[in-house]
Amino acid sequence: MSFDEKRAWIQAVVAVCGYGTYVAIVLARAGQTPLTEVHYVGTLLWTVGGAIVAGIVLHILSGMVLPGGTGKDQRDREINRFGEHVGQSFVVVGAVGALLMAMAELPYFWIANTLYLAFVLSAVLGSVAKIAAYRRGFQ
Amino acid sequence: MAKATRVTNRIRALRFTHGEMTQAELADRIGVTRQTVIAIEQSRYSPSLEVAFLIARVFGVPLDEVFQYAEDEGEGR
Repeated sequence: MSFDEKRAWIQAVVAVCGYGTYVAIVLARAGQTPLTEVHYVGTLLWTVGGAIVAGIVLHILSGMVLPGGTGKDQRDREINRFGEHVGQSFVVVGAVGALLMAMAELPYFWIANTLYLAFVLSAVLGSVAKIAAYRRGFQ
Repeated sequence: MAKATRVTNRIRALRFTHGEMTQAELADRIGVTRQTVIAIEQSRYSPSLEVAFLIARVFGVPLDEVFQYAEDEGEGR
């Protein structure tokens, strides 16, 4: 497995775990309270920060521990560009969604969470596209 | 993305006839990773023209002895 494929796996797992943790905490905190009144900002920032740190640490560890080296070539760059392109589309969709929600004056909670979800989907689907390209072929 | 390519290759056979050259050695000589050589051999990745020429040069054969493009009935339209 190439180093970039490992990185794609790490990014997908970290993004899913980070967002899963955030959703679990916010839902647990909500209880009978409406979601828009739940304190979510701190949790969101901590899970985003935690995911970034976990991603960096796992990338370093995978380079040191797992076999296969850290080399990168033209195929890796092409697959990376393809994955980023796929992921980027979700950021655009999320941004447009957040813009519309802001214009409709919806609560900040929904705007922030739409953007967060868009970033998570971007990371997860971009990674899935890369993994599929590595596994199934990339012409 | 995963559309089957009609480009086939004889890299594995050529490696065998060139002193059973390993995938790692070929990768080293053309400047790519071993994973990329594996993907090219299994037709999961079409290399750039430059990499294709480099592979042919390593084996000392013309390009079309390494890579072939399968004929198709709809050819020549």
